[in-house]
Amino acid sequence: MANSDNNRRKFFATTLQSVGLTALGGLLWSGYSDEVKASPLVLRPPGALPEEDFLKACIKCGLCAEACVNRDSNKNQDGSSRPSTLQMAKGGDHRMIGTPFFIPTEVPCYMCDDVPCVPVCPSGALDMPSLLNEKKELDINKATMGLAVVHKESCIAFWGIQCDACYRACPLLDEAITLEYQKNERTGKHAFLLPIVHDNICTGCGLCEQACVTEKPAIFVLPNEIAKGRAGDHYVKGWDEKDQNRVQNAKEIKTKNERSQKEASDYLNMEVEY
Amino acid sequence: MKNIKYLLLRRVTQVTLLFLYFGANAFGWHMLEGTFGASRLFGLIPLADPYTAVQVLASGFVLGADVLLGALIITVFYMVVGGRAFCSWVCPINMVTDLANWLRRRLKLDKDEVNYRFIKRRARYWIMVLGIVVSAIVGVAAFEVLSPITIMQRGIVFGFGAGVSVIIAIFLFDLFGVKNGWCGHLCPLGAAYSVIGSKSIVRVEHNHTNCTNCMDCKVVCPENQVLHMINKSSISVTDAECTNCGRCVDVCNDDALGFSIRSFTNK
Repeated sequence: MANSDNNRRKFFATTLQSVGLTALGGLLWSGYSDEVKASPLVLRPPGALPEEDFLKACIKCGLCAEACVNRDSNKNQDGSSRPSTLQMAKGGDHRMIGTPFFIPTEVPCYMCDDVPCVPVCPSGALDMPSLLNEKKELDINKATMGLAVVHKESCIAFWGIQCDACYRACPLLDEAITLEYQKNERTGKHAFLLPIVHDNICTGCGLCEQACVTEKPAIFVLPNEIAKGRAGDHYVKGWDEKDQNRVQNAKEIKTKNERSQKEASDYLNMEVEY
Repeated sequence: MKNIKYLLLRRVTQVTLLFLYFGANAFGWHMLEGTFGASRLFGLIPLADPYTAVQVLASGFVLGADVLLGALIITVFYMVVGGRAFCSWVCPINMVTDLANWLRRRLKLDKDEVNYRFIKRRARYWIMVLGIVVSAIVGVAAFEVLSPITIMQRGIVFGFGAGVSVIIAIFLFDLFGVKNGWCGHLCPLGAAYSVIGSKSIVRVEHNHTNCTNCMDCKVVCPENQVLHMINKSSISVTDAECTNCGRCVDVCNDDALGFSIRSFTNK
């Protein structure tokens, strides 16, 4: 009797210990995993799902990177082979380990016509349907890897010096980046040729960033999530029927705070203490 | 330790597979592309790691058909043939932990006073389940975030970077920490293959009438709890944790151990 009691106690104790240690491990593991997936400044291959989904879906096999490196076209002008665009994140890269990414200043995406990196993806992390055009063909121009952003204070074209390096480097010449002419009031007889990026056309390939002549590129590609704002449902282009469709499913948002106790007209005339 | 037939066969298999993976990236070969997470054999047949696939599914993403089919192929293969053969015949970490284990024996670190046993061998099954739970909570395949197996393989194919520190950590843990610490106690992938291959067909069989009870097999076995029948009864090693590495067969000088097809009839 005493023996079976002891056995039972031992069983409960060891079970409790195992469960407790598992909970401890789970907490540490979850915390670590959650931290390491937080690297928003990363550019993914064409067709990649939004970052949150991409991190779930990517099985870290490297087939996309292998398709990228083994291109006959991976040659510099002097015939030497160049490194591939896609890298697999290693320890020390400070990106989710084993996931593909690229750094435009090292090697930008050259936007191959046949998009070799996407069809090989076995998991669906690189979403092929998102790159199909009306004729159901792969179309790299539909890629949205990121968005080029111009920092006008360091862009020498905005200083009035003539430079169109990014404009010339862009694979979607005169579409993704256009030059806007403006009068240079300082000299009175010259023109500014200002690079303007159009976000519905720019694929985020990074050729402009690589081509930029300033010490640290004045035009650079950011992930869409970071580069783009969002007007929200409050603001609608009343003159644009398409834009009205955007807010079709908008829901009313009621803000309740101290001020909303009174009528709007009252609040406008109310004295506010800050 | 005259015979190293299976040890050599295993090393040749491991190195060949890794070299094919390496060549896929370096030379554009189409024999075996990708990494263990998901691969393509001969540019056609998909292969995928079932445990990784389960983690991805748990994280809430519906995987592409290629990965699901690949995971199925690998599962069926090891269910029938291999058992935990992945661990000793394919996994590159096996070479690291085998080296640590060999050094342990050389440095005589296996004595009780220096052989810490604060982790139980069943810990890996808890970790395996935990990996799936954490994947579901965090929304990312949790073991793949830190798996030394794929870190080492990607290191070989794409370059190590700081990832080499993980490999060194495993080596030090197995050498100075727990004997067979990683592969025999912690690795959830090994646990998954234990579960998958628990009924596999190819097994080590013991003939106890030949056995002289020298215990060489138990010394060299990385999972020596599976060799409980030595010098007791002539049965197959049916424990799921046997990796089919064949070291016991190698070191046996009495012809008491050998690979055979598991018998399901006489228990």
